[in-house]
Amino acid sequence: MAEEFLRIEKLVKTFGGNAVVKGVDLGFDKGEFVTLLGPSGCGKTTILRMIAGFERPDSGRIVVEGKDISGLNPNQRKIGMVFQAYALFPNMNVADNIGFGLKIAGMARDQREARVEEMLKLIGLAGYGKRYPFELSGGQQQRVALARALAPSPRMLLLDEPLSALDAKIRVSLREQIREIQRELGITTVFVTHDQEEALSISDRIVVLNAGNVEQFGKPFDIYNRPQTRFVATFVGTLNTLNGTVADAGAKTVTLGGSTVTIPALPATARNGEAVALTMRPEAVSLANGAARDIVLDGRVAEVSFLGSVIRLKVDLGGNAISLDTFNDQRTPPPAHGSQVRVGIASSDVLVLGN
Amino acid sequence: MTTVHPTAEPSAGPVQTGPVVLRGRGRNFLAGIRLGDLLAVAPFVLFAVMFLLLPMSYLVMQAFQAPDGSFTLDNLANLGTPKTIDSFLISIRVSGTSALLGALFGLLIALAIIRGKLPEGIRSTVMTFSGVASNFAGIPLAFAFLATLGRLGLLTIILKTVFGFDLYRAGFNLLSFWGLTLTYLYFQIPLMVLIIAPAIDGLKREWSEAASTLGATKWQFWRYVGLPVLWPNLLGTLSLLFANAFGAIATAYALTGSTLNIVPVLLYAQIQGDVLGNRGLGAALALGMVIITALANVIYLVVRTRAERWLK
Amino acid sequence: MRRGQAWAWVVFGLGALYFLLPLIATFIFSLSIRKSGYTFDAYANVLADPRFQSTLGYSLFIGLCTIVVGILIVVPAAYYVRLRAPKLRPIIEFITLLPLIIPAIVLVFGYIRLYNSSSLLPLTSSFVGTGILLTFAYVALGLPYMYRAVDTGLRTIDVQTLTEAANILGANQMTILARVIFPNIIVAVLSGAFLTLAIVIGEFTIASLLNQPAFGVYMQNVGANRAFEPAALAVISFIITWGAMGMIQLLSRFAPKTARKD
Repeated sequence: MAEEFLRIEKLVKTFGGNAVVKGVDLGFDKGEFVTLLGPSGCGKTTILRMIAGFERPDSGRIVVEGKDISGLNPNQRKIGMVFQAYALFPNMNVADNIGFGLKIAGMARDQREARVEEMLKLIGLAGYGKRYPFELSGGQQQRVALARALAPSPRMLLLDEPLSALDAKIRVSLREQIREIQRELGITTVFVTHDQEEALSISDRIVVLNAGNVEQFGKPFDIYNRPQTRFVATFVGTLNTLNGTVADAGAKTVTLGGSTVTIPALPATARNGEAVALTMRPEAVSLANGAARDIVLDGRVAEVSFLGSVIRLKVDLGGNAISLDTFNDQRTPPPAHGSQVRVGIASSDVLVLGN
Repeated sequence: MTTVHPTAEPSAGPVQTGPVVLRGRGRNFLAGIRLGDLLAVAPFVLFAVMFLLLPMSYLVMQAFQAPDGSFTLDNLANLGTPKTIDSFLISIRVSGTSALLGALFGLLIALAIIRGKLPEGIRSTVMTFSGVASNFAGIPLAFAFLATLGRLGLLTIILKTVFGFDLYRAGFNLLSFWGLTLTYLYFQIPLMVLIIAPAIDGLKREWSEAASTLGATKWQFWRYVGLPVLWPNLLGTLSLLFANAFGAIATAYALTGSTLNIVPVLLYAQIQGDVLGNRGLGAALALGMVIITALANVIYLVVRTRAERWLK
Repeated sequence: MRRGQAWAWVVFGLGALYFLLPLIATFIFSLSIRKSGYTFDAYANVLADPRFQSTLGYSLFIGLCTIVVGILIVVPAAYYVRLRAPKLRPIIEFITLLPLIIPAIVLVFGYIRLYNSSSLLPLTSSFVGTGILLTFAYVALGLPYMYRAVDTGLRTIDVQTLTEAANILGANQMTILARVIFPNIIVAVLSGAFLTLAIVIGEFTIASLLNQPAFGVYMQNVGANRAFEPAALAVISFIITWGAMGMIQLLSRFAPKTARKD
């Protein structure tokens, strides 16, 4: 525990009687890229703003490198921050924006200029120093904002939905660039987003937040494949739910649409005859019934969405509906709307989630 | 239409909507202009010419005309009398001081109500009041200050009888430079509040937050970001306040009669005695006033253009 | 943050003191016409004065004329500039700002010289003519505010689409302006109108130099001859100004909420 770079202990914040953060405990390692993920109003931005010092926690502590920083003003924390709306100073050109923190710190002019050059190269905008923010595209502005935050070598970087104001394509390329720079500098980074794809692709670890509480904290792979709560499972990725009845709790069998299947993940607390919700990712369902797909169900294609490399089908199983993904195959067109299909599911991929 | 050579036809554009297009002899000159459009701007143009541009040009012309109609610089030279120079100096001092103080206090009040975290409702109350007070000028304003701080004003009397402090013996006089400035502030400050408040609203919260994460104190934020961003607005308002006070006469006239020798009062007297007076001198006086208010605006425009580098 | 609040309170308090003291003092002063006790006699004197009624009536009438003429001049021009000639915008805006640079006294001086009894258009030689001249002078005074208000109103509605939609339905320019655009900016126009009224109602300089029986001239006259009645007039003026500005506040609640495009 003592090794943790940033530790958040029992953090509570209330706005006008409305509890936004309800006792959050978290610990981040040095050099780690952690994402706070959740829907709007889950408290992720409030936590970030408390780390930055813009909001004071009602109770709890924020400890960086073993020192409680809860009482410090934002300008004493040595934490860099990038905002959603860029927040570049409109009256300064790019170089002056990036050099602002260094100027405040009293760095000599030539040293400052060298550092600004270095930062401009880092973000791939060498030669842009004399331009003014309004002359730059959104993606360029956000890169300058990143350079400005990093220039004074902060001990930590906070990113508050830095990509959500950008176009889809720029969003992906900039997020890759941010990650690359973060790796290169080895700076501990806290990233806030409501976009699960963004969170999964960029993070070392993800904190999934809901209504002011931590739902799950773990690596992207675990968050996606082993969600611990129904909220995490539905918020991160698409989830199929099939309603069945427990046939024999001891043998872990469930009756599903007339057939009985074995579900290894069935919890020991299940009782015979109890309704149970079986969940699985779309990619765990396939049209072919291969050897591993021990659950086989018949249905009718209700919807076909061609997404490019992937085709998502919605199949009506009579009472239950299931979404499944198949890869695009140039030689085989997808099944037609209304046609009869057989879907296969590997029982080992099925999750049973409590509500 | 079809008989006309196509190149002579004005390009209609995608939103050709007006049914009436001017045709005939004036077609080349009026190409593309529709009658409806002309009718729409005609009153405005006519008004601007008759009641703004012509009267001004006429005065400028007269300022350079001798009584016999020939060109002369005598009128302007006649402004060089000590009395006239003095009146210009007093006017500039009153307008300048009231504009500077009005801008300063107006800025402070605007900052207080927008950024001072005061209770809800104070801001809208102050803004509404500013709307009223900025228009509460002229004769009634003079009356109010006379009733308050005149020799027999209520505050003067209360200070003397209750607190034993004699304002006028202490050197204050409402009918003086500082008295007039104090009175002008009553409409200058609210005007500043009204104009600068939207500009302060335009300062994004993220700018001060970004500055503070970069180590800047509140003061450093204002010095490097807040004030520079507001600067063009501040200066523009300052020149407006200056012109506003420089041309004001009613308040001064009702307050001091003609004891305080400011330019508008001088011009007022000149106009009233126009039949006898030198026609050219009055025009020169008017020209002098416009030159000074225009100069204030030119200074503003120059600074604004320099700031334009980052203004979109 | 708490400290920030303290300075704001101090600024607010000092401001309130400066702005409220003259109002309170003037009000008390206006009640003090008798040696003992407070009475509304000064108000009674003022209100009973036939010249008070006639000059206020005259100024209100001129004010209304100013508003009507102002609307007819400003609305079509502002609409046209927004719709068809955005390039003319800086020029039009510069002209509308001229009255802020040219002092009113200079303006009226020009009028007197240009439209005197021996000129081509001898407006000052008759009472009606001078009234017309006064009206146009007031239109000029109110021009910056009227134009700004109308332009703001036009910005909040989607002029282009509204015009095109009305055009497809067969309306002509005049109909569009009068039946489609104007009703949508009526609130903005009215705020400009009340602001103009507030400026014009007690105006002194121009009215006095044109020798018109206006309220401002009457007030100045009373001020030169009486002691307590001017204070009463100041209070009445303040209430009139407050009323005009209050109307603007009230109107802003009825502003149309069309989606803006730009």
